[in-house]
Amino acid sequence: MKIVILGAGQVGSSVAENLASEANDITVVDVDSARLRNLQDRVNVRTVSGNAAHPSVLADANIEDCDLMIAVTQSDETNLVACKLAQQLFNVPTRIVRLRATDYLTNEKVLGPDCFDVDLAICPEQVLTDYIVKLIEFPEALQVLEFAHGKVSLVAVRAFQGGPLVGRPLKDLKKDIPNVDARIAAIFRGDTPVLPDGNTVVQAGDEVFCLAATKDIRQVMHELRRMDKPVRRVMIAGGGNIGLRLARALEQDYSIKVIEYDKRRCEILSTRLDRALVLQGDVTDEKLLAAENISDMDLFVAVTNDDENNIMSCLLAKRMGARRVVSLINRRSYVDLLHAGEIDIAISPAQATIGTLLAHVRRGHVTQVHSLRRGVAEALEAVVHGDRESSRCVGRRIEEIDLPKGAAIAAIVRGDEVVMAHHDTQVQAEDHVIVFVTDKKLLPKVEKLFEVSVGFV
Amino acid sequence: MVRPVPVLHVLSVLIVLFALSMLLPFGVSFLHGDAASRAHWQAILITLASGAALWGATRFGRSELQTRDGLLLVALVWTVLPAFATLPLLLYLPELSFTDAYFEAVAGVTTTGSTVLSGLDRLPPSINFWRCELQWLGGMGVIVLAIAILPLLGIGGSQIMRAETPGPMRDQGLAPRITETAKGLWLVYAGLTLACILVFKAVGMSWFDAVVHSFSTLSLGGFSSHDANFAYFNSPAIEATAVLFMVAAGINFGTHFLAFRKLSLAPYRSDPETRGYLALLAASVLGIAYFLLANHVYPSFWTALRHSAFNVVSIATTAGFFSADFSRWPIFAPVWMLFLCCFATCSGSAGGGIKMIRAELMVRQALREIMSIIHPRAYLPVKVAGQRVENQIIFAVLAFMLIWGGSVIAMTMLLTASGLDVISAFSAVVVCLCNTGPGLNQVGPGATYASLNDFQTWVCTAAMLIGRLELFTLFIVITPAFWRK
Repeated sequence: MKIVILGAGQVGSSVAENLASEANDITVVDVDSARLRNLQDRVNVRTVSGNAAHPSVLADANIEDCDLMIAVTQSDETNLVACKLAQQLFNVPTRIVRLRATDYLTNEKVLGPDCFDVDLAICPEQVLTDYIVKLIEFPEALQVLEFAHGKVSLVAVRAFQGGPLVGRPLKDLKKDIPNVDARIAAIFRGDTPVLPDGNTVVQAGDEVFCLAATKDIRQVMHELRRMDKPVRRVMIAGGGNIGLRLARALEQDYSIKVIEYDKRRCEILSTRLDRALVLQGDVTDEKLLAAENISDMDLFVAVTNDDENNIMSCLLAKRMGARRVVSLINRRSYVDLLHAGEIDIAISPAQATIGTLLAHVRRGHVTQVHSLRRGVAEALEAVVHGDRESSRCVGRRIEEIDLPKGAAIAAIVRGDEVVMAHHDTQVQAEDHVIVFVTDKKLLPKVEKLFEVSVGFV
Repeated sequence: MVRPVPVLHVLSVLIVLFALSMLLPFGVSFLHGDAASRAHWQAILITLASGAALWGATRFGRSELQTRDGLLLVALVWTVLPAFATLPLLLYLPELSFTDAYFEAVAGVTTTGSTVLSGLDRLPPSINFWRCELQWLGGMGVIVLAIAILPLLGIGGSQIMRAETPGPMRDQGLAPRITETAKGLWLVYAGLTLACILVFKAVGMSWFDAVVHSFSTLSLGGFSSHDANFAYFNSPAIEATAVLFMVAAGINFGTHFLAFRKLSLAPYRSDPETRGYLALLAASVLGIAYFLLANHVYPSFWTALRHSAFNVVSIATTAGFFSADFSRWPIFAPVWMLFLCCFATCSGSAGGGIKMIRAELMVRQALREIMSIIHPRAYLPVKVAGQRVENQIIFAVLAFMLIWGGSVIAMTMLLTASGLDVISAFSAVVVCLCNTGPGLNQVGPGATYASLNDFQTWVCTAAMLIGRLELFTLFIVITPAFWRK
């Protein structure tokens, strides 16, 4: 697939890295040629330097040949202009645009075909905010993902001694909660995936991925660990775009404190926030943390721009008594270093936000992609089309489908109904199938399964 | 640097216009065939001649006014025009001293409504009409002053209202913005007055009473053509009408204007003052009604509520009408009413006093100080309607409150030193500074300000002007630095 990415910032470069590893032909455009050189050192991409909203620059990037344009420059306006040009002058079939301003995001007309004609508007900060809000709603979870418009949830939970199911085989789950249809999609023991069957025994420390209807998900988690107290007090370190969105999303229901170093930013924050308390200071200043009762915090979220600051402030907060600490970490090596250590949850912004983009790059009709375990594993939602002849899934029982080892169909959403996948469940046309892939290398094979063969028109 | 000549030139035009406004009572006098018509046309001629003379003397110095000139003009308008307004009174009532006549005229244009005259029912209708018209004109002047002029001059924190003000934002000169804004406000003000006249007439007033009382209701003035004020009518329907229009007149006219233009109630909801104003009034009316009932002032709750509603709203909105002698109520009630008249009304209304917005700002500032001791590193902005209020404005409001408190104390001292009892003195200063009207004891609803001696009358006159011009305008103009080149 030929892809043009406009903007080589944080989002742009991580998208480039992710997609380049999947055998795509990628061109990256940015005004800053130093940044482009830096990217080219790491990833095999073509680069064009120049203003992404100029037609000549777009032409240089061979945009007329590409299948997908992803506009993720810093400026909403540049992205929108580039999108319109790509559609009008270069006939780019699919255009994804990153937008920050809610004014644009909420106005259907602006994004519609008569105006800028955006196929998909993404807001990474919002995705990340939703991700963290979910973690606050489900304080026991490491990650919460939704499929089929929120009907089905996939949660990652660390099993703890004391959970009823811990130390017992998975088939006992049905005995414990007979009225809930749930499925353990995968278990990670250390870094090794275990493909579970009914006899797999859950051990303390396992990272368990459970899939269930969203309303039942708490019951399932309860099987694996005792429940935490609900979160009431949250401290947010860093009042940037994410910190502000997060505070706004939470301030009505939780007691929020935001720490921000920049005084002028503090003024903006305190104006935009109604209830949250804005504190000026260094996020790693232990005196400030102590004065603001860090030991009473149910959750400490570090969302500054700086990995090291996030990590240090989280470590400090944990040491000083915060119940749970969550850190935003951009560098992948740091994420692997810290996850499940002192820091309860390390979130990689790129991984959290890339799912929406990935869905458009995938072959077949994939509607939702979530990166799991820092991008090693993936959960995707695909729609199956065709009939028994043209499709390799439709009309077959799950055991008949030729899935590679390491991939499993976890659930099927049929209309409004959620069906947990059993070996004899039959797949029908237009089903949404949720597939769990423990190793990204298997993806091309999985995608092929959902493609409709050429004969089908 | 202030240039008095262009200011005087504008003033001369206003004097001429003011002379024309005297044609109305002259017409009334003509219609009723009362005895004051000679006083009226003489007054018109004197005013017209003075205005024309001043115009002629200053016409070589005219130029665009600047901010400082604006301050001087405002101060002059509110001190010089009342002097001309005394003319019909002085000419018709030769025994009236200039001190008392000037007090009466100032009580008119500042929409205070304290009076030195008694036997109002026996005065010619045109004289009463002139008194109430003065209040109506003064009310309009005050609304334009509060919404269009004072925010530009940056007086006492009133800049916060800038964002709320309808009309184009232009900072280069005073005139374009003021005329634009004033046009819209005139419409609302006149429309409400007309509605008030019709409703008063419908619920039983004569046309004449309906007109003069509407004038003093919408301007939150308080003059009446009867000594007994609203007790004269003894009609719950009339009182209810007056309460309704007084409450409306206590709301920012800029907000009324927006609501009329959009034909929706949304502007009231988003207005930072209206909610607090209405809640305070409602709570006070009910509270005082219960208080009166509990103290056996009135036999039934409904009677108590009727008198509480009318008198509390009237004093709180700084109108100053009365339907009962509330100074005889147990002392908590009138003191609470005096307290209300200092804070209740919204800025941009014809009401006087400190205004709701400043009170709200002060409460929030106090809470902020408390919070900042608990969280020394916190950013705690004072916000009004979701907007941050600059510290500079809060300081201005603090200074305003300080000078306000200082003025109350200083003038109370002056009045007590001159021999007035302390309750009369204090209440007189508060009601004059808030442009309310009747005070307690010697200046209470049952009495008039005629019993004060000349010195005390001048102190009260000064209090009314200081309060009406939001303290700073007058104080700035008498500062030597203002006149230095």
